[in-house]
Amino acid sequence: MSTHDLHGSGGPHGSDAVEDEFAGVGDTVASATRVTPGHALRPEDIALSAAPADEDTATYALWLGDDALILAQRLAWWISRAPEMEEDVALGNIALDLLGHARSFLTYAAKFSGKTEDDLAYWREDTEFTNLRITEQPNGDFGATIARQLLFATYQELLYSALTSSTDETMAGIAAKALKEVAYHVDHATQWMLRLGDGTPESHERVQRGLDVMWPYVEEMFADEELTTRLAERGVAVVPSSLREEWLRRVTAVIEESTLSVPTAKAALAHSRAGDHSEHLGYLLAEMQVLARKHPGATW
Amino acid sequence: MSTNGTGAGTEDKHLWPLWEVFVRSSRGLSHVHAGSLHAPDAEMAVRNARDLYTRRNEGVSLWVVRSDDIIASDPQDKETFFESPKGKDYRHATYYTASEGVAHL
Repeated sequence: MSTHDLHGSGGPHGSDAVEDEFAGVGDTVASATRVTPGHALRPEDIALSAAPADEDTATYALWLGDDALILAQRLAWWISRAPEMEEDVALGNIALDLLGHARSFLTYAAKFSGKTEDDLAYWREDTEFTNLRITEQPNGDFGATIARQLLFATYQELLYSALTSSTDETMAGIAAKALKEVAYHVDHATQWMLRLGDGTPESHERVQRGLDVMWPYVEEMFADEELTTRLAERGVAVVPSSLREEWLRRVTAVIEESTLSVPTAKAALAHSRAGDHSEHLGYLLAEMQVLARKHPGATW
Repeated sequence: MSTNGTGAGTEDKHLWPLWEVFVRSSRGLSHVHAGSLHAPDAEMAVRNARDLYTRRNEGVSLWVVRSDDIIASDPQDKETFFESPKGKDYRHATYYTASEGVAHL
């Protein structure tokens, strides 16, 4: 497994307390009284051990990392604002999963130019971000957030599933780790779609409105770019348009089972991979980046 | 998604019912009570349990049970329920000495 190779390929692991405390023990010593963090590919491993990407692959990693980062920031807003405390934690967990994926992709992207994940997350301007338009859309109400989760997590599940066989070992490793998590995100969104869609007239109407509001931005997820075509020829990337048919089949099944309708809204004009964004991204970045910019190098 | 509970804590139909969570930390061990949570139904309860009680690699299996469905002993019955075994050390294996000539015990 590429993930195992990456983890085991040596190099000093620095001062990471978790790594030191559990070095070499893994799950073999787990018991009723001792819980270990377990082994998985971490951004720190990529920073230390992965071979640097070429320019195309680094850009592709940046794209996927930006998608995960911006959606993570959006979803984190729900903490303390969801319908129940349990749902605060559920959405917070999903946000943190996405932040983990973003850290891995951005670490890999940053390695190409001798930078760090933090340089990319905190010190780029809005026109330098490449996240898809759907990820930066305002959360709306809970129904709209759940609608976006269904649409985007289903896309990510198909994308990462295909990327596990990427010829780029690091991309395949990140995708394999992320795949299990986004599969849970799809399940979470599906459960809520069913309950809201087939719930009260109010919940039905609001989640349908959420689907309608997010739908113009789905087309961009499947837009082929010169970069993806070039990388796909080398087996590194996935051709976005190749995911569309299966994606539509899956989300249609959930939407119809939820007694909702697949929207017919036309696609919004967007070219996010080139840095074209809606006005919403600037405000999101201002909040996300203010601490790092006001106190450069701050740690805690 | 029926909420068929009638007991304490579910009088307000706008409140999600309470569930008790049991986590098995690894294969071969028993499920142990970890805590409780609110959820609208059983399927969501087991997902909320995953999010609340296994996010630090604590578990390999989860049970959720409606709190209303648990029949508990009454704290008032402590003496009649639990004090009888006290002093009956012959109920413990350590009370007995191994017989001579028994090699494996």
